[in-house]
Amino acid sequence: MTLIGWLQIALAVGLVLATVAPLGAYMARVYAGEVRFLAPVENGFYALAGIDPRREQSWAGYTMAMLAFNAAGFALLYGILRLQDVLPLNPAGMPAVPPDLAFNTAVSFTTNTNWQAYGGEATLSHFSQMAGLTVQNFVSAATGMAIAIAFARAFARSGATTIGNFWADMTRSTLYVLLPLALVMALAMVLLGLPQNLSGPVEATTLEGGKQAIAQGPVASQLAIKMLGTNGGGFFNANSAHPYENPTAWTNLLELWAILAVAAALTATFGRIVGDRAQGRALLAAMLVMLGAGIVACYGAEAAGNPILAKLGLTEAANWEGKETRFGIATSSLWAVFTTAASNGSVNAMHDSFTPLGGLVPMFNIQLGEIVIGGVGAGLYGMLLYAILAVFVAGLMVGRTPEYLGKKIGGREVKLTMLALLISPMTILVFTALACVWPGAAESLANQGPHGFGEYLYAYSSGAGNNGSAFAGLSANTPFFNITIGLAMLFGRFLMIVPMLAVAGSLVAKPKVEPGAGTFPTTGPIWVGLLVGVILILGGLTFFPALALGPLVEHFAMQAGDLF
Amino acid sequence: MDVRAHISLFDPAVLRGAAGSAVAKLDPRSLVRNPVIFVTAAVAALTTILFVRDLAGGGDAGFTGQIAAWLWFTVLFANFAEAVAEGRGKAQADTLRRTRADAVARRIGAGNAVETVPALELREGDVVLVEAGDVIPADGDVIEGVASVDESAITGESAPVIRESGGDRSAVTGGTRVLSDWIKVRVTAAPGGGFLDRMIALVEGAERQKTPNEIALAILLAAMTIIFLVATVTIEGFALHAGATVPVAILSALLVTLIPTTIGGLLSAIGIAGMDRLVQFNVLAKSGRAVEAAGDVDTLLLDKTGTITLGNRMAAEIVPASGIAERELAEAALLASLADETPEGRSIVALIHERHGVTADAAGGSFVPFTAQSRMSGIDIGTRQIRKGAVDAIKAWAGGALAPAIAEAVDRIARGGGTPLAVADDRRILGVIHLKDVIKDGIKERFVELRRMGIRTVMITGDNKLTAAAIAAEAGVDDFLAQATPEAKLELIRAEQAKGKLVAMCGDGTNDAPALAQADVGVAMNTGTQAAREAGNMVDLDSDPTKLIEVVAIGKQLLMTRGALTTFSIANDVAKYFAIIPAIFIATYPQLGALNVMGLATPESAILSAVIFNALIIVALIPLALKGLAYRPAGAAAVLRRNLLIYGLGGLVVPFIGIKLIDMAVAAIGLA
Amino acid sequence: MLTHLRPALAMTLLFTLLTGIAYPLAMTGIAQAIAPEAANGSLIERDGKVIGSSLIGQGFSDPKYFWPRPSAAGKSGYDGTSSSGSNLGPTSKALMARIQGDIDKVKDGSAPVPTELVTASASGLDPHISPAAALYQVPRVARARGLPEATIRDLVLRQAEGRALGFIGEPRVNVLRLNLALDGIARRPQG
Repeated sequence: MTLIGWLQIALAVGLVLATVAPLGAYMARVYAGEVRFLAPVENGFYALAGIDPRREQSWAGYTMAMLAFNAAGFALLYGILRLQDVLPLNPAGMPAVPPDLAFNTAVSFTTNTNWQAYGGEATLSHFSQMAGLTVQNFVSAATGMAIAIAFARAFARSGATTIGNFWADMTRSTLYVLLPLALVMALAMVLLGLPQNLSGPVEATTLEGGKQAIAQGPVASQLAIKMLGTNGGGFFNANSAHPYENPTAWTNLLELWAILAVAAALTATFGRIVGDRAQGRALLAAMLVMLGAGIVACYGAEAAGNPILAKLGLTEAANWEGKETRFGIATSSLWAVFTTAASNGSVNAMHDSFTPLGGLVPMFNIQLGEIVIGGVGAGLYGMLLYAILAVFVAGLMVGRTPEYLGKKIGGREVKLTMLALLISPMTILVFTALACVWPGAAESLANQGPHGFGEYLYAYSSGAGNNGSAFAGLSANTPFFNITIGLAMLFGRFLMIVPMLAVAGSLVAKPKVEPGAGTFPTTGPIWVGLLVGVILILGGLTFFPALALGPLVEHFAMQAGDLF
Repeated sequence: MDVRAHISLFDPAVLRGAAGSAVAKLDPRSLVRNPVIFVTAAVAALTTILFVRDLAGGGDAGFTGQIAAWLWFTVLFANFAEAVAEGRGKAQADTLRRTRADAVARRIGAGNAVETVPALELREGDVVLVEAGDVIPADGDVIEGVASVDESAITGESAPVIRESGGDRSAVTGGTRVLSDWIKVRVTAAPGGGFLDRMIALVEGAERQKTPNEIALAILLAAMTIIFLVATVTIEGFALHAGATVPVAILSALLVTLIPTTIGGLLSAIGIAGMDRLVQFNVLAKSGRAVEAAGDVDTLLLDKTGTITLGNRMAAEIVPASGIAERELAEAALLASLADETPEGRSIVALIHERHGVTADAAGGSFVPFTAQSRMSGIDIGTRQIRKGAVDAIKAWAGGALAPAIAEAVDRIARGGGTPLAVADDRRILGVIHLKDVIKDGIKERFVELRRMGIRTVMITGDNKLTAAAIAAEAGVDDFLAQATPEAKLELIRAEQAKGKLVAMCGDGTNDAPALAQADVGVAMNTGTQAAREAGNMVDLDSDPTKLIEVVAIGKQLLMTRGALTTFSIANDVAKYFAIIPAIFIATYPQLGALNVMGLATPESAILSAVIFNALIIVALIPLALKGLAYRPAGAAAVLRRNLLIYGLGGLVVPFIGIKLIDMAVAAIGLA
Repeated sequence: MLTHLRPALAMTLLFTLLTGIAYPLAMTGIAQAIAPEAANGSLIERDGKVIGSSLIGQGFSDPKYFWPRPSAAGKSGYDGTSSSGSNLGPTSKALMARIQGDIDKVKDGSAPVPTELVTASASGLDPHISPAAALYQVPRVARARGLPEATIRDLVLRQAEGRALGFIGEPRVNVLRLNLALDGIARRPQG
């Protein structure tokens, strides 16, 4: 670890924090319906779709609208992928995407996972990337944001029955938050060197006289929303490690900011919606504690490197395998932590080649449920579920029926919260075990021994956690993995959201109790510590055996110089 | 007899009984009510089958057998904890039950014919005649007559109480005994549904229903059990990838140590013990829900008289009118009070004796008692008429306006929360006596405590606003309701509840009943009417309104004990992982030996030690579960910090030490 | 569900038009107008022929050129349509064997080999190596070209880029540009 490394890390984290308050305040206005600069477009959309944005929905209505919209998005994307060979903008002449991969990819992008079982530049037409993937990059993120806002309203309202209008929340997320940010960011990215064209691959004749085909496309526009919407689905296979997606240290910095910007700011939006900004800050503080710990662990492990390599007579021990020269160890490690803290899943270095502990950090981040800042919206509502759980334990310990933000937490909330929180770990563990025993699954592994197990574990963690990053050595484009990871993504997204919205429906109906001295305060260091403790203990206990058999044993093996 | 049969935590009779019921509770129908323990029992049964298989097939039967045995012990210890708690309740119920000899009742049938029937045949609405020496056969209201009743069976108070028809002292309880005179009682509860029956059922835990928080916690524990079940079962798959297989007995051991058996095993014991603590305190809760609600109370409504102030006002000073010698006023006040046997009257006599050294002789005088019409009392000595009483009554009697100085004194006393009594001699107003409410000793400190616990106190009084404000300020309550009518009280409770607050109050009169019913915690005084006792969800056998405060503390203690043991139980898992995971995989991945931070002797001893620790910790925590956490009033943040430190951090550290010690013992004995 | 059908379908189509068609096309138009070079892939032409992109690494194996890092893109490395890292983990026998092979290939003298010169990049298209990795190759390139080491070293140092503002990013040398410059020296008469 170097001072310059830490300075770069501090700069990126500082940038994220700097935009929390202004962006958070702006979004609070957006969801209150106060920002209307695209009113003609917004009203036009509502009119064409037959939506009355002022008619609020119960939690069930909200959920149904969300599911219907996502189902339609899935169907359209699946259709585009299957038909891309006959659709326009296919200069490289890509064939239709096979059914299992199309299913996996369509699920992947509608669930905001952006797991890529394919290499973008080798599989998809420009039309698929634009009209298929980019659209879902916007609306799947907007869906997550809408749900988080609806959940926040459940805490803000007292004795109400409705939690907002899904269509209005989703539309406003897109029109007033994601689209303007993406436009500005894409423009900046072009100015910083990213391609944005509709051409096919360019044929170059190399200096040594060889041929090099270089894939082209509308990279900047897709990249901007991929980062801002915590999507992470790269235009290219190598994602943000690809020099066309991330050519310089400046683009790297901007992209790092974009991973966390919206999700971090949503904590401030939350604080404003519930009328107590300290509540939002406390959630952010808990997130930052875990983020900081992750950065220290990951950067430390990557900088310390691989003792086996050190014996080969190289200049430095740091783990350069799978990292780009222009980013270095520090910001590659930082990216790994950011992208898995959020449900972004883009990479600027290959996690599969990380040291065992360096790779454990992103994996564990995902397994905790992507709540360390988290995906846009998804991070906030995931964190709120943990907050409900933490407050429940804390409430009992201070001798009161637990309440969070003035809402008493009862059996129904605990049941639904546990249901929402359980689905992802169960999915990860069961599918990983299934892959371990599935005949032929091991042929997809790039690595043997515990690291190979880590590839399975990471894949299903990434799927169920809707992250999308990978231990990419796993050749996941097989029917078994396409289907199981596809299911993991669906479970991890919707089986979590539905009980979560049911919690919102249950909470919104409760009266809001004013806090008193007997109320356990959900701000301040004890609360932050407790929240972090509950998250780590629950996550740690659930995944300890799996992590012990993957990264931990690999770590000890690496220290001992054992190879697999 | 006192309900508070003091039963030591380790009463041998209770423990013996509990050991028996622990085995009886192995009945699956009983186990299934507690998912965590049910899973433990199922796993223990599975391991037992494996043990038998190993015995027959030559596997490591010794090891599997020990695991199976300790898993059964885990179940038995959990059952034992519950049985001990229930046993203590039963012992108390037996004390109660003994008071209910097979009573007979004399029912007054049609045409006033009296027939003797067994008490069990009485129905609601029957009227029975109870005479001196009889046991009252059922709960009811006195509709005719006056009697002194020995209620020591339920209150522990040996002094008899008067029960009479009408008014607030009409309720009688089945099982109590009439000492003198006779009463006719209309039965209000069917046999088995009476107060005493419900008390018995409650302390025995027979009617125990899970409380809302207990249900929520049980769900959390069940969910954690599921996740650990998945985490354990999937290990078999993960192991296959490494080319290893894990014996099912070891996975069983891991599962049972991970699932929250500690809190799962103690959960119902904690609930029963909470109820029990309330009984020890001579308060009967009609449901566990009420006890839990007590811990949540935000607003406490307290009657001024008897709770905040001593029941009676005391004379504090006398203020003579201008031109009247203090001594003259003192003498007149003394004469007017000599025969006044009310506490106020006696306090006037005492004040004048002590402060003014005046004595007087009322020989030959005739006393004029206080009546509601005259609103004054006094003495006639010859033609001399001395009176004391309400200022306006005396003013009217004396016929004339008050001298400005007197009017000012009256005003000052009223503003200060006191009551002015005017004294007149032959229709000449001599001055006023200042009667003052006396705040109970230590009550102010209690309110400070309550405030620290986050509870708002509201004083309820019939006094006017001025008086109420002064007393409220002196006692240190947060708010007051002056000139309180039952309607105003009900209104106040509803207003607080609309803000999401939980309200506790106590009351005794029939007109308190609606408010008692509306309040989240309504403590009825045992001396109160049947209606009040029906409306409240707790009955205080000592009829001491200040107990509300302790009731709140007991409620909090109940929740805290559950929370702390949950935290402890879950934190324990960290050490168990460090014991078992390296043990399981050491053969496949010797590198994992690095995780054996406790340096446990062998894989077998590590697994066995974790299982033994897991079983023994339940027993070790039974006393805590029964006694409850030590409770000190403090703000929520301070309480949490303390409990997190003890039970969170302690829960992390203790098992590391415990498992290591057990491992040393296991290795030394050569068990594994 | 049926009541939500029309909004769901309509909104999906509307947002496809807005964010899937209008947004990328508008961005493409703007980009082509304001930054055509970058927008078209920062291509480098020599003698009217595209010889590569300044952003995309290119394979070199001739000793007279500087070599980039090992690449896992495509079958033979530096495939511009198939970016990829090796994805080999730190305890992989295959990785250690490959690294040993790369060490054997670039090893020149007794000095330790710069780590990133024998470790594959994440994209397989990393256009850069560190200045240290370039300097390490100077003796070989000088020998192959028959040029003084000092000339080559000067060229490397001139081509080396530092950190932005002194702390952002890493010091690096663009291999393609360096090799182009190298060819430039060769074409110019010495002196």
